[in-house]
Amino acid sequence: MTDLTLETTATSAEAGSTATWHDFVALLKPRVMTLVVFSAFAGLLAAPGALHPVLAATAILCVAVAAGGAAAINMWYDRDIDLVMARTRQRPIPGGRMRPEAALAFGVVLSGAAAGMMGLAVNWTAAAVLALSVLFYVFVYTVWLKRRTPQNIVIGGAAGAFPPVIGWAAVTGDIGLGALALFALIFMWTPPHFWALALYRNDDYARAGVPMLPVVAGERHTKLQMLVYTVLLLPLAVLPYWIGIAGPVYGAGAATLGLLFLACALKVWREDGAATGHRAARLMFGYSIFYLFAVFGLLIVDRTA
Amino acid sequence: MSDPRDPESQRRLRGRNLAMLAALLGFVVLVYVVSVVRMGGA
Repeated sequence: MTDLTLETTATSAEAGSTATWHDFVALLKPRVMTLVVFSAFAGLLAAPGALHPVLAATAILCVAVAAGGAAAINMWYDRDIDLVMARTRQRPIPGGRMRPEAALAFGVVLSGAAAGMMGLAVNWTAAAVLALSVLFYVFVYTVWLKRRTPQNIVIGGAAGAFPPVIGWAAVTGDIGLGALALFALIFMWTPPHFWALALYRNDDYARAGVPMLPVVAGERHTKLQMLVYTVLLLPLAVLPYWIGIAGPVYGAGAATLGLLFLACALKVWREDGAATGHRAARLMFGYSIFYLFAVFGLLIVDRTA
Repeated sequence: MSDPRDPESQRRLRGRNLAMLAALLGFVVLVYVVSVVRMGGA
């Protein structure tokens, strides 16, 4: 952690706890949570077999709560860099409304309780993968990789790829080929998604000392990498159709959405960001969120139709 | 540091306590419902 930590801690300690319950909700990163919940739900529906609706809802709730807990621990650890980034400086801890240790305790209790509840209510395979995803996000991504390497979100992206595997394991009690296909889809989607954001938030990341790819390797190299990952994503997104866990509607939809994603990446590649204010990168970031919702939405429709 | 006795601090504390109450009640109901389902053979 940087020397900014002491300053932040002192400020927060002086502030005491003026947090409202809204601040505790903000710690859970609810917008990120929606994508996590949605992909876990898709994994649950794509898996062969059936789960009692109450247990399915419990499994999804556990995924949501554990993801929120991991996000709270992330905000506790990153409070020093959150303070210097415009995008994050109003979060509860850097905003001085919550003591750091309160956020840490909140995150640990939520994550632990969610994993325990998943094991008791659903099955221990799903609970183990859930616990692994939290530990991976906190220790591998947040603590180890984020501040050390431009590959932070490539390797760390695995943490975000676990939810459909957890959903799948909740139904089957194991991790099948279909679960791995959904894992691969999110894993390959993550780098172009975050690098699109990093392109137009480059100054923020540089100021905070986070070695995102545009900061370390420059825009041109980042755009090339985004293009490569988007090309690799194209067949991977259609893989659930090829291996038989989704129908032709999903296959055609995923291919179309992937081609549009590729068009976004090409537009970013050709763009002079300094002249346009990174309009194409902003568009690609927005589209990437739509893309993942749409692909998993297609999978859900395909499985329920 | 804000005075814990002032009305604004009291209001925030009450809000947090009510949220905690709701979460605990939700958890109790969840455990009850899951127990019923699991004992039913699901």
